[in-house]
Amino acid sequence: MTFVAPAHAVAMRGVTKSFGGVKALVDVDFAVEKGEIHALLGGNGAGKSTILKILNGVYVPDSGTIEVDGVPLTEHTPEAARRAGIAMIFQEMSLIPTLTVAQNVFLTREAKGSFGFIDDRTAERRAKALFAMLEVEVDPKALVGDLGTGQRQLTEIAKAISQDAKVLVFDEPSTALSVADVERLFAFLRKLKAEGHAIIYVSHRMDEIARIADRATILRDGRHVITAPLSELPVETMIGHIVGRRSRGLSDVVRVETAVREPLLELKNVSGAVKPRNVDLIVHRGEVVGLAGLLGSGRSALARVISGIDPIFEGEIAIAGKAVMIASPKDAINAGMALIPEDRLRQGVIAQHSVLSNVTLAMLDRLSSGAFLSAERARELTDEQIAALRIKAASRDHAVRTLSGGNQQKVVLAKWLATAPEILVLDEPTAGIDIGSKSEIIHLVRELARAGKGILMISSELSEMLSACDRILVLSDGRVMDDIARADLDDPQTTGDDPVMRLQAAERKLQMVIQRALTRSEADHHVQ
Amino acid sequence: MSSSETANMPSVATRLGLANWRQNIIYIGFVVIFLVFAIALHDKGFLNPNNLLNIFRQTAMIAVMATAMTYVLSAGEIDLSVGAVAGLASVTTAMAIDAGGPLSGVLAGLATGIVVGTFNGLLTTRIGIPSFLTTLAMMGIARGVAMWISDTAAVPIISRTYSWIFGGGSIGPIPILLVWMLVLGAIGHVVLRKTGFGRRVLATGGGETAARYSGIDTRSIKFRVLVISSMAAALAGMLYAGRLQSGRFQLGEGDELSVIAAAVLGGTSLFGGVGTVIGTIVGALMIGLINNGLILMGLEFSQQLIARGAIIILAVALSQSRK
Repeated sequence: MTFVAPAHAVAMRGVTKSFGGVKALVDVDFAVEKGEIHALLGGNGAGKSTILKILNGVYVPDSGTIEVDGVPLTEHTPEAARRAGIAMIFQEMSLIPTLTVAQNVFLTREAKGSFGFIDDRTAERRAKALFAMLEVEVDPKALVGDLGTGQRQLTEIAKAISQDAKVLVFDEPSTALSVADVERLFAFLRKLKAEGHAIIYVSHRMDEIARIADRATILRDGRHVITAPLSELPVETMIGHIVGRRSRGLSDVVRVETAVREPLLELKNVSGAVKPRNVDLIVHRGEVVGLAGLLGSGRSALARVISGIDPIFEGEIAIAGKAVMIASPKDAINAGMALIPEDRLRQGVIAQHSVLSNVTLAMLDRLSSGAFLSAERARELTDEQIAALRIKAASRDHAVRTLSGGNQQKVVLAKWLATAPEILVLDEPTAGIDIGSKSEIIHLVRELARAGKGILMISSELSEMLSACDRILVLSDGRVMDDIARADLDDPQTTGDDPVMRLQAAERKLQMVIQRALTRSEADHHVQ
Repeated sequence: MSSSETANMPSVATRLGLANWRQNIIYIGFVVIFLVFAIALHDKGFLNPNNLLNIFRQTAMIAVMATAMTYVLSAGEIDLSVGAVAGLASVTTAMAIDAGGPLSGVLAGLATGIVVGTFNGLLTTRIGIPSFLTTLAMMGIARGVAMWISDTAAVPIISRTYSWIFGGGSIGPIPILLVWMLVLGAIGHVVLRKTGFGRRVLATGGGETAARYSGIDTRSIKFRVLVISSMAAALAGMLYAGRLQSGRFQLGEGDELSVIAAAVLGGTSLFGGVGTVIGTIVGALMIGLINNGLILMGLEFSQQLIARGAIIILAVALSQSRK
């Protein structure tokens, strides 16, 4: 039953892909059988999304071959991949919110009635039958824009199935789903598998992988590490392969014990509309506190509540011992806070504007006399920041768009440092930037702490968080599950002088803590 | 009312409650305004059949252009050149009739629409200039060409046949303009609701990326709706020419605003993805109704402009207030 035909559902061989000088994939083999759920694992930048985009026809590989059901794929376009039977379940990407479920499922393949006119009734009946076969409840007449995430995802799957997709790719499908929806999704995936579909499943949640996947392939730094049945991959082993032996770069950040002084930022029982939930937290002067957790754990939501972007639902925030009301970003800025947001290009900079106008954006009031901006002072301030942060730009008048990712991020930092904040909230400050800029930014964070600032930092890259932070809070489902001093993550058994080894040992330990926190918070959920 | 059965899916209840209300506001508004005018203006001949037919005659051109505009807006684009294209087509048609008879006039008018629409479409979809800018520029170009080739003078149309078919005639008591409006409106409605093309238009405006991922050639859809819009504008210009028995560059001036207002009043979204031709036709009739009533009330032109603007803002605000 499981292996219906000898051909692999998907066989990618020797796939290599570079972007500019950066090798994203090097000679990777990846095969998926019919009737299996195959997990694809790896840290950030391991090459998971690159290989999926190649499979899906978005990227053309530099070399290597792809076979789908034994047939070589010669053309690399999304259209060709779709014809070959590969369907990517995007997060809402392929649905049109203004059309109904049935209209979306049969978009471009509409049922036709008399005179060749579209017959939505028939489409609704067919969609209904499809959902009944899949044993899920979705109203074919509902507008997609009105559906919750779980229902949208089912609609996407139904659309893929109705197009006769043989290989279904799920990229972090459970991130936005409730616990009950995840259960439903899993039941559904098992059914698809029993029908002979091949399923590629990407997730950072090891517990999920352990429950749903038959085999796993692990990538690291663009290379294939291992493919093995789940039975041979306990969670510790998986994490070991994912972390591997990282190249140097961050480990040169020397963390001197900073004198932790009086509390600067205090949160008591703070909740947002959904997340965070009842968070207590203290950041002292001179301290870097990390917020760890998986996507959807509520880290960014917490950062947004603290910085006044999302409304606070209950609880109180105190700065330097005094309770403050933070109802808007302006309140937060006036209270001495600065948020370095997650989405650099959308929330952080105005990319087509110059370095100067970005750096001065948050303090236009202080640079003006009367209604007029002092161009002189703006230039001085910008030059100071460019020098202090070593921003590499052709000039202060060049558009931020023309800078590299790392330097763009430095512009965002410069913008906020110019306001001389007491508290910095950094949300994924090094996402998508090169290793050199990364370690510069981590150094900068440490320096700011030494200068007496309080820093809250979110990062999905654990090695970076371990390099920067004095204390790490682990979040899951909007709650703080653990509060660990950085020193406690050092493994006493992994001694020796090699900082790379020590960092990796700590990273493995933190991974385990995060996965355990997830399990515990879900157990709580079931009890409720 | 239906909250108990849909308690687990509140969004659906919201949709049933609000979306229906929002969709129907135009019809309710139409009836309310009609009744107000019927009562307030009954001694001024508002309900006189001739006056009512006049409203249709005055509305037909706006309605024809607004039907096509519904497609343009539904696809997430806009066409500001329609009024100017109507003026240009009235001139080219009149000149061609003068030179070669009614048939060449019709061909010249339609060709004007195709040429302008092709320019709008190519500039928007191939070069990537937003349609707002493309058609804003085209508005000036079309108006300028019309002035230039007609030497800013009206071009008379002598053909009786042409004037009868395109504007002046009537079948029994029914003005031919009403026939044009209803036939084109009906076709427009069916194509948008019932054909693959219509569905692709709505999908393109509703989520362009998703539409492309679903295998829809969104550029071709946008190109086609812009051509359709220019052709409808050219036809409206031909109707103006037939009704007034002449082509003039001023014809259709300012119509783009009435046309867009008609579509939006009817429930078509300026942001794409939602459109209804029936709503648009009623929206156009409502604007005609308001114009007519305000004239009968004896308001000065300046007052008419202000009152019309205020009523349109109110109606659009009501029809757009979602949530």
